[in-house]
Amino acid sequence: MNAAAGGGPPGVVEYVTSHHAEILSWLWSHTWLSVVPVLIGLVVSLPLGYLAARHRWVYPPLVTVGGLLYTIPSLALFVVMPSILGTRILDPVNVVVALSVYTVALLARVVADALGAVPEDVAQAATAMGYTSPQRLLKVDLPLAVPVITAGLRVAVVANVSLVAIAGTIGVPELGQLFTNGFQLSSDGPYYPPIVVGVVLCVALALVLDLVVVVVDRALTPWLRKGART
Amino acid sequence: MSNAFTWLTDPANWHDQLGTPGIPAQVVAHLEYSLGAVAIATAVALPLGLLIGHTRRGASIVTVANGLRALPTFGLLILLYVVISPHIGGRGDGPYLVPTEIVLVLMAIPPVLGNTSAGVGNVSPAVRDASLGIGMTGREVLLRVEVPIALPLIISGVRSAVLQVVATATVAAYVGLGGIGRYLYDGLAARDFSQMTGGAVLVAVLALALDTLLAAVQRWTVSPGVSGRFKAGTAQAALGPAGAARPGAPEAAAEEGVPA
Repeated sequence: MNAAAGGGPPGVVEYVTSHHAEILSWLWSHTWLSVVPVLIGLVVSLPLGYLAARHRWVYPPLVTVGGLLYTIPSLALFVVMPSILGTRILDPVNVVVALSVYTVALLARVVADALGAVPEDVAQAATAMGYTSPQRLLKVDLPLAVPVITAGLRVAVVANVSLVAIAGTIGVPELGQLFTNGFQLSSDGPYYPPIVVGVVLCVALALVLDLVVVVVDRALTPWLRKGART
Repeated sequence: MSNAFTWLTDPANWHDQLGTPGIPAQVVAHLEYSLGAVAIATAVALPLGLLIGHTRRGASIVTVANGLRALPTFGLLILLYVVISPHIGGRGDGPYLVPTEIVLVLMAIPPVLGNTSAGVGNVSPAVRDASLGIGMTGREVLLRVEVPIALPLIISGVRSAVLQVVATATVAAYVGLGGIGRYLYDGLAARDFSQMTGGAVLVAVLALALDTLLAAVQRWTVSPGVSGRFKAGTAQAALGPAGAARPGAPEAAAEEGVPA
């Protein structure tokens, strides 16, 4: 692997040029392994959070179960998934399901809090204007809850990028492989390039995904900036 | 899962054998570096957070600390290990321990710092003014008013730090450190799934036990006037928790804890 350079070990540039195909495919799988669970988690959390905001008795068990799920370390969850799902140990589905579980644990509560925080006078005004209950949910409550929900999404997506890398330690192919490769190549002496490339790409991916959520948030909440003028 | 139960109940796994520590020894080792890291992080972040919250200055420090969250913990661990360990001579766990502790401390700082500064900073101005008005000094306001009111949020920051650190300490086994993570990686290497699952159950139980313990500490230490735990029918109960400005809902929810 070190054959690229004549003398000493190749630097970062040489490493990237000689491994760009692998790195790109890892970056791609890292991206979808980070994003898909957030989308699944959001789709599951919206009805759950709505139920908890609507029916008070749902809220305490939702918060308790969510808190319990959060205490399970991700590596433990990745490792246990195959025996629950019947998948192979390296199946990416394990990672997707495990991270979706975390996302739901975080977001369901956030959605419930956000929907529950819609001011009473706003709700009454909407009802007085003739909104039916489903219309009010879609056109009033949900839009008002967007900033809070996206704040939760930002936390979830940034955390996922770091958690996906941990799945690399058990062999799932994504950017975490750069760390395990760097570790193995460093057995005779420090060999930084794959590790540095991995850290930089992970941070960049986290920042880009975070930015995407911010942009979506701004697009969905134009009134926040129009109102700011007054 | 049943195999994990067999592994967990096998007495041979609970005793130290030649060169391989048993489950109690690994759990103790795991606790040692986890709690050590949380202690160091709290010693740094708690005073700093109190200062930032009390003076309402230096919020940028919290922003920078939050930026640490974007760092991939596993990548950072490997990088520090490769950089630092060749410079640590001698026998023992030094070459593994030092990089691991640095990573764990870095992970534990943002939740403690963020929650402490937000908790103290969000105490309602009316309450602060009233405290100053009855003649309290700045230090008294901080220690006797702001800290008790911010205590639930401060402890929840420590709880989420503990959860993250206990979880990440399993990853430290990858570079060769002991602890419960050994069972996950050794089991993986040997294709011994009952050992892996057993180890996973051990970490989850340990994390849960520590969190329950800290929840109990929170219940004992937080004043009923802050937590709103009054006897039913008391006048204040209807008014809700006193003094504590409602912490921003998004931050509070987000700060609950991020798995690691």
